Amino acid sequence: MSSAAKRALLDPVVDSNPVTLHVLGICSALAVTTSLLPSLYMCLALTVVAACANAAVSTIRHVLPGSIRIIVQMTIIASLVIVVDESLKAFAFETSRELSVFVGLIITNCIVLGRTEGFASKNPVGLSILDGLGNGFGYSVILILVASTRELLGAGTLLGYTVLPKVADGGWYNPNGMMLLPPSAFFVIGLIIWAVRSWKAEQVEKPEFRIHEVHRTEAL
Amino acid sequence: MGGYIELFIEAVFVENLALSFFLGMCTFLAVSKRIQTAFGLGAAVVVVQLITVPTNTLLYHFVLEDGALGWAGLPDLDLSFLGLVTYIGVIAAMVQILEMVLDRYFPPLFHALGIYLPLITVNCAILGGTLFSVQRDYSTSESIVYGIGSGFGWALALIGLAGIREKLKYSDVPAGLQGLGITFIIVGLMSLGFMAFAGIHL
Amino acid sequence: MPEPDQSSGAKTETVARTLLVALVVSLVCSSFVASAAVLLKPRQVANAVLDVRRNILRVAGLYDGGGDVEQLYRSIEPRIIELETGAYVQSADPEAFDPVEAAKDSALSVEVPAEIDVARIGRRAKLARVYLVHGDAGIDKIILPVSGYGLWSTMYGFLALEADGNTIADITFYEHGETPGLGDFVGKPAWRALWREKRLFDESGELQIQIAKGHVSSDDPMADYRVDGVSGATLTGNGVTNLLEYWLGDHGYGPYLRRIREHGGDL
Repeated sequence: MSSAAKRALLDPVVDSNPVTLHVLGICSALAVTTSLLPSLYMCLALTVVAACANAAVSTIRHVLPGSIRIIVQMTIIASLVIVVDESLKAFAFETSRELSVFVGLIITNCIVLGRTEGFASKNPVGLSILDGLGNGFGYSVILILVASTRELLGAGTLLGYTVLPKVADGGWYNPNGMMLLPPSAFFVIGLIIWAVRSWKAEQVEKPEFRIHEVHRTEAL
Repeated sequence: MGGYIELFIEAVFVENLALSFFLGMCTFLAVSKRIQTAFGLGAAVVVVQLITVPTNTLLYHFVLEDGALGWAGLPDLDLSFLGLVTYIGVIAAMVQILEMVLDRYFPPLFHALGIYLPLITVNCAILGGTLFSVQRDYSTSESIVYGIGSGFGWALALIGLAGIREKLKYSDVPAGLQGLGITFIIVGLMSLGFMAFAGIHL
Repeated sequence: MPEPDQSSGAKTETVARTLLVALVVSLVCSSFVASAAVLLKPRQVANAVLDVRRNILRVAGLYDGGGDVEQLYRSIEPRIIELETGAYVQSADPEAFDPVEAAKDSALSVEVPAEIDVARIGRRAKLARVYLVHGDAGIDKIILPVSGYGLWSTMYGFLALEADGNTIADITFYEHGETPGLGDFVGKPAWRALWREKRLFDESGELQIQIAKGHVSSDDPMADYRVDGVSGATLTGNGVTNLLEYWLGDHGYGPYLRRIREHGGDL
C-alpha cells in the first residue's frame, strides 16, 4: 500500500481522529453508546456510508459545479442513509427501532459531509474510499471504547452477556447508574481525550491566556 | 394555550436538544468560545427552526405520509421513505435564504458567523427537531411552538456554555484537557444539571 | 464560496451544466432509494407483524425465544370489542384494525375527558382488539393491549389475564422510552415475573392494582394488588399504575372485563 493510502486509512484512528481532534460526529458518539451492540451497528452504518459517499463524490468531482456542491453531496449522503435505514428495518428489526432517529442523523453527521467536502472532492476514488473507511474506523474506535465502558460499568454486561454480576442478581457488583445516563458519555470522552493528548503531545491545545509564569521544565 | 406553554417549556428545559438529546454537538462545542458569536448563532438557529419544523411537518402530513396524497387523487401512495431527503432539502434552502438575508441586512453578524452559518444545514439539532416533530405527530401550531422552543433551548445551552468557557480562560487546566477535553467535562456537568428537569409536567 | 474547478475552467459553471448535473444526480439517487424502499417493504412489513406476534406469544407464556411463531400463533384468536359496552363486534379481519389510525379519525374515536386521562393518551378508538388464547379447556388467557405515558414517552404493552378476567398472568412493555438503568425496569423479565398471580379487582369489583413505592412485603394485606416499584424511578412506576387505572376502568376495558366475570369463560 502506498504511503498516501496508508495515511488515509490509518491517520484518522489516532493522529487525526474525527471525534477527539476534529470535533466531528459527536452527537451519535454520545447518544447510542449506552450499550455496545447498537453502537457496533452504528459504526458499521457510518463506515459504509462514509466510504460509499466518498466514492460517489470523488467519481463526479470533476463535473460537479461549485454552486450546487454542498447540496449534491447532501443528496448523495441522504440517499445512502435512507437505503441503510431501510435495510436495517428489513434485516435487523429490533435494532432499527432503537436506532431510528440516530440512523437518520448520519446524514448530518459532520464526519461524512466533512470528508466528502474536505477530501473526496479533491482526491481520486481509491484514496477517497480509504479515507472514508479510515474515518469510519477512527469513529468506531472511540464509539467502541465509550460504549464498552458505559455498558460494563453501568450494567455489568458486554453485548448483553453478564461480565460483572450485579448485586440485584446475587452478585457483588453495584452498577454505576450514572454510566447509563447521557452525561457520562461526555465524561468518558473527555477522559479519552486527556489520555490521547497525554500520549500525543502534538494534539494539545495552547491555552489562550496564562495568568502566572509557568515554572516547569516542559515547554507549553 | 396552556398546552402550548407546557410544550414550549418542555422543549427548552426537559427535552433540551443539546443537553438532553446531544444534537448539534459539533457546532455546539466549536462555537462556544465567545458569548457574542454564541448569541448570533443561537438566534440564527431559532429562526431556522421556526421556519423548517412547521414546514417539514406540513410536508410530511400533506405529501409524504402513507395516504397523504389523497387530496391529489393518489391515496395509496406512501412516500415516507423520502422524508429524510425532503427535510434536508428544505433546511438547506432555508439556510441559504437566511445567509442571503443576513448578508444584505445584517453584515456584521454575517461576518461574525462566517463558516458556521452554512454549517447550520448539517446541524443535527435542526434535523432532529424536525424528526421529533414528525415522529410525535404534532399539529401545525404545535410544531411552530416546538420549533421555537427547541431552537431556543439549544441557543440557551450554547450561550450558557460560552459564558462558562469565557470564565474558564483564566483557569489552570491540565495540558491534556486544555480546550476540548475540559469542554466535554463541562458539558457533561451541564447535562447532569439539566436532568433535574426530567419528568416535570406543568 | 463556490470554488471553480481549476482543470475544467469556466465550463463547469454554466447554468445548463448545473441543471444537467442536478437532474442526473436526482434521478440516480431517487431510483436507488425508491428501488431499495420498494424491494425491502414486504420484508419490513413481515418483520413488524412477526414482532407483534412474538410479543403477544411471550406474554401468553407460549414463546421463550425459540419455536415457530406462525405455528404457535394459531392458538391466538384476535377479536374486536366495543369498549363502551364491552361486547364483541363481528369483524371479517380483526388483525386489519389499526387502533392508532382509528384514534386519529374523529368518527371512529372518542376524546378521553381530561379528568380521567391519567394515562395521557388524548383520544382513543371506539373499538379495540383483544387476543384470546385458546388452551385445551377453552379460553386459557385474555390479552389486552395497553398504553400510557411514562416519564419520557408513551409506553406500549400487553396485559395477560387468566380466564377469570381478574388474575394477572403476565405483562410486557414492548415499546417504551424510559430511562436506561432506572425506568427501563418495565422491560425487564425479572419485574414481569412479579406480576404473576396478582389481581386487578378486589371482591367488591374495585380496581386495586398499583405499583408500590418500593418492595412489597408479604405481610401487606394488599400484597395481592401491589407490584414492586424501583426507587428512583417513581414516575415511571406511576405511569404504569395510571395506564392500568385508565385501561381497566370504565372508559377502557372495564365493561368488557365485567362481562367476562359475569358470564364466565364462555364468550
